[in-house]
Amino acid sequence: MKIHEYQAKSVLARFGVPVPRGEVALSAAEAGDVARRLGGSVVVVKAQIHAGGRGKGGGVKLAKSADEAEQLTKDMIGMTLVTHQTGPEGKKVGRVLIEEGLQIERELYLSIVIDRASACPVIIASSAGGMDIEEVAASHPEQILREMVNRGTGIIPFQARKLAFGMGLPGATANKLTAVLQSLYRAFVETDASMIEINPLIVTKGGDLLALDAKVSFDDNALYRHPDLRDFRDITEEDPLEVEASKFSLNYIRLDGTIGCMVNGAGLAMATMDIIKLAGGEPANFLDVGGGANADQIRNAFKILMSDKNVKAVLINIFGGILRCDVLAQGVIAAVTELGVPVPIVIRMEGTNVEEGKRLLRESSLNFATADSMGEAADKVVALAKAKK
Amino acid sequence: MAVLLDKNTRLIVQGLTGREGTFHAKAAAAYHTNVVGGVTPGKGGTTHEGWPVFNTVHDAVQATGANATVIFVPPPFAADAIMEAADADIPLAVCITEGIPTIDMLKALTFMQGRGTRLIGPNCPGIISAGKGKAGIIPAHICREGRIGIVSKSGTLTYEAIHQLSKIGMGQTTCIGIGGDPLIGTSFIDALELFAGDADTEAVIMIGEIGGTAEQEAAAFIKAQFKKPVVGFIAGQTAPPGRRMGHAGAIIAGGQGTAAEKMDALTAAGVHVAKSPAEMGQKMRDALGR
Repeated sequence: MKIHEYQAKSVLARFGVPVPRGEVALSAAEAGDVARRLGGSVVVVKAQIHAGGRGKGGGVKLAKSADEAEQLTKDMIGMTLVTHQTGPEGKKVGRVLIEEGLQIERELYLSIVIDRASACPVIIASSAGGMDIEEVAASHPEQILREMVNRGTGIIPFQARKLAFGMGLPGATANKLTAVLQSLYRAFVETDASMIEINPLIVTKGGDLLALDAKVSFDDNALYRHPDLRDFRDITEEDPLEVEASKFSLNYIRLDGTIGCMVNGAGLAMATMDIIKLAGGEPANFLDVGGGANADQIRNAFKILMSDKNVKAVLINIFGGILRCDVLAQGVIAAVTELGVPVPIVIRMEGTNVEEGKRLLRESSLNFATADSMGEAADKVVALAKAKK
Repeated sequence: MAVLLDKNTRLIVQGLTGREGTFHAKAAAAYHTNVVGGVTPGKGGTTHEGWPVFNTVHDAVQATGANATVIFVPPPFAADAIMEAADADIPLAVCITEGIPTIDMLKALTFMQGRGTRLIGPNCPGIISAGKGKAGIIPAHICREGRIGIVSKSGTLTYEAIHQLSKIGMGQTTCIGIGGDPLIGTSFIDALELFAGDADTEAVIMIGEIGGTAEQEAAAFIKAQFKKPVVGFIAGQTAPPGRRMGHAGAIIAGGQGTAAEKMDALTAAGVHVAKSPAEMGQKMRDALGR
């Protein structure tokens, strides 16, 4: 689960990572109030969306007065911000973060993720902060430093010193980095984060370290034990159909093609998208109905697919292991009868009780196309979707 | 021969008395597997469907001589169950559970270091040795005995591969679902090493997906030392970056972990890469010149 910058900073602050003073504002008036409370000669107005690259897109502005902060907020809230991470459709700004302006001496990069190969958390640090870290990794790999964290010990001070001196920090600041890293690691483990990224971590003119920007995402599988973090979810940042699908525990991701897919299993669902593309079509979605899909789930899945007006044809690809094909067929027939699905449906099923399932489909009065293999199914559904245009 | 699981396997089920545990224990027993008991804390001393139930894995191992366990335990308790199996020194633990928090798996894998238990999964369909037995949820009726090994991150794609092979008359030795989570016990390389040592396995299908670099590491291993023909498929060629595609580990992050880079690495290692998931069986037939 992704969260906003201001939420990420509140989480980090809870664990002792220093962050700038600031507050979120939902309106221009609130922004003005926050700016007046912060005082100082400059405040920063930052659009809060779940995507990076905001500065270049006009989502980060300096204000020299509270009135200016108010005006900038008025312009920013409601605007559609397009960055390299939002896609061309952009994201609508609903809230801004108003923060104190700071005198920046240096910009560093810090993040923590799980390294899959070694199965331990890894701290990534770079003296090239404030830049796209993937670009730094490609052009200046020597500027990327890594320290693996041992689960038993956590971050050991010498590891923090290696990173600090590796980034060219003076001794006094190096000690501060040790504290920041230990807080960061605690935040990572105790919130079940999947990623924490501070870019940039700034060194102020006074030699202090502060997280000027922060990105945190949480492990969805662990949210059950963090009710407080679950409240950070902002569904306005998500596709409405995906939000709807999540209520039915359907694993659905909306794409921009015309062929709706309903599949059991994540790998097969991805492979079904792939084979549609190979057959010359474009998938409208990823949808894994799960291993134990019942008639209700199939009806819910059809509702979601039919809510996407781009869908011109549907491909159902089920490999029945535990899920029996006859049960699936009954579910599909019931759902289509009830909902009146207006687009052609191609069904490919295989596995347990497949013959009985096929007989049920044949003998229903509904018009299904069936296929015996994934390849045949993809060719059929692509042809039907094209004929529909 | 087969790998990991054969006629000598004595299997216990952690979570035997649950719905899934019961269903799949019966299915395993019906497929030649020697299921010797189960573990459900608090129900020790009872029997379930004729099997003795124990409070702890230790008790179960002591009483039954179990040498393998399959874990059907809900996500909040699954890492605990894995560690308990490792503490009882059981050689093979297969964890089917999907949705275990990554931090819990981090603890479990750390705990297992230096212990003698091999973990398969989690978030996997388990293992089946055709005609010999199974631990997990792979449907047995699609398998036939033969000489192809399968290793896969995905459940239903494993079934798809088994089905394609069986349909063209190519049976399997052992099929291993290693799981779709970012942290797993047995890697592609571990599975390939097992197949390398199995005289009955003449070739391997390896099914990967977007996310991480396990496929690239496997490619390097294959290139350096794996002598048997390998057919590969990578799911997620059309997956959008930054989105988690069902499996917790299936995400293209920072431009890394794409299907294209994995397919390139496998191709460069001499793997016969199927672009289409419908062609895995056919590719194997081509690779073996039949």
